[in-house]
Amino acid sequence: MLDKNGIAKRIAREVRDGMYVNLGIGIPTLVANYIPDGINVVLQSENGLLGMGPFPFEGEEDPDLINAGKQTITTLPGSAIFDSAMSFGMIRSRKVDLTILGAMEVSENGDIANWKIPGKMVKGMGGAMDLVASAKNIIVAMQHVNKAGESKLLKSCTLPLTGKNCVKKIVTELAVLDVLENGGFRLLELAPGISVEQVKNATEGKLIVEGEIKEMVI
Amino acid sequence: MINKTVSGAKEAVKDIKSGQTLMVGGFGLCGIPENCIRELVNLGINNLTCISNNAGVDDFGLGLLLQNKQIKKMISSYVGENAEFERQMLSGELEVELIPQGTLATRCLATGYGMPAIFTPAGVGTEVAEGKETRIFNGKEYLMEMAFDADFAIVKAYMGDTAGNLIFRSTARNFNPLMAMGGKITIAEVEHLVPAGELNPDHIHTPGIFVHRIFQGESYEKRIEQRTVRPKTN
Repeated sequence: MLDKNGIAKRIAREVRDGMYVNLGIGIPTLVANYIPDGINVVLQSENGLLGMGPFPFEGEEDPDLINAGKQTITTLPGSAIFDSAMSFGMIRSRKVDLTILGAMEVSENGDIANWKIPGKMVKGMGGAMDLVASAKNIIVAMQHVNKAGESKLLKSCTLPLTGKNCVKKIVTELAVLDVLENGGFRLLELAPGISVEQVKNATEGKLIVEGEIKEMVI
Repeated sequence: MINKTVSGAKEAVKDIKSGQTLMVGGFGLCGIPENCIRELVNLGINNLTCISNNAGVDDFGLGLLLQNKQIKKMISSYVGENAEFERQMLSGELEVELIPQGTLATRCLATGYGMPAIFTPAGVGTEVAEGKETRIFNGKEYLMEMAFDADFAIVKAYMGDTAGNLIFRSTARNFNPLMAMGGKITIAEVEHLVPAGELNPDHIHTPGIFVHRIFQGESYEKRIEQRTVRPKTN
């Protein structure tokens, strides 16, 4: 079973040279730490920055330079800064190649819920609805089951949706799966030590298992 | 050149009235008009509708106006870090309209560009779409989202000149230039105010035509919400 860093490491292997990538808050942020050497990607932060660099050295924080998670960051050679409308312009016009974000639930037809739990304090969707509605490619980093052991890969989402029919690929602590055009989670890879049976038990939505399923390389 | 300067925050916000709608620039606590917010607290007006991506924190940014119960309604995309906000929202004292961040930015843009509405795919099939007109373009569904109608826009820039031209710095730009274009009256506070002619016209982010009042702010705190650093290693 993978921990958060394991999920981030596996997702990092989906990133290709030359991509513009938007990373959500949580596990997706960790992906930046594991992008392989020799792969050049540009990270987009939707508040208005392309070319997000690492955290600043202690004492060099600039309050005017933050990412979408409001963390102090740095720029890199070649970075660009712009207003928030232009930022979502590049998202909506599909210039951003890959969006990686977290989810509370995903359905077998690619619906995603990640912003609101009825009855709890609602903090807002931020840029998530814009990102999922427009992204060319969305990879979701999530836990396969909740703390009570209930599946979060469902026939249909129970929580208010963030977007419909948009998730392409999911990486969980148990497996890598893609969402098929006609619906269903197709099992692609297993986490080390995890069996097909365990993934079946943890998946409420339609699970498609074809042929031999490989163990994922991290 | 038309001179847009006013003496300070007090003069800039003096005719903002209770019940009016304000666009307030900034993302989190980054690039917020600290001086004007302080002066709105002193002015003591209430029942304000604030259009701003976030709502500050308990004791800074728009949180100061919330604490003072001066805000009736917030239109934002994310309001996470504010306990007083949460209390007022749950008790029903505060009306909250949560909208996608790109929709917020683009509705501001439409306002400043003189366009009544935009079409966006964000929120299609979600509760954000409830009651909204939709259109299909090239087989994809879009929501019609309206431009705003804001009495004032209050923004913060790094540099400005007496003609009202603005230059923003780093990611403190965020919503500021969009909102600057969108207010019926736009107030800009800047860290450095210079005479007209000192800024390179090629470097202006917001032309002075959009800015009605400008002043040099003072004692900027520029609080950091999430201080993330890496250790220096040699």
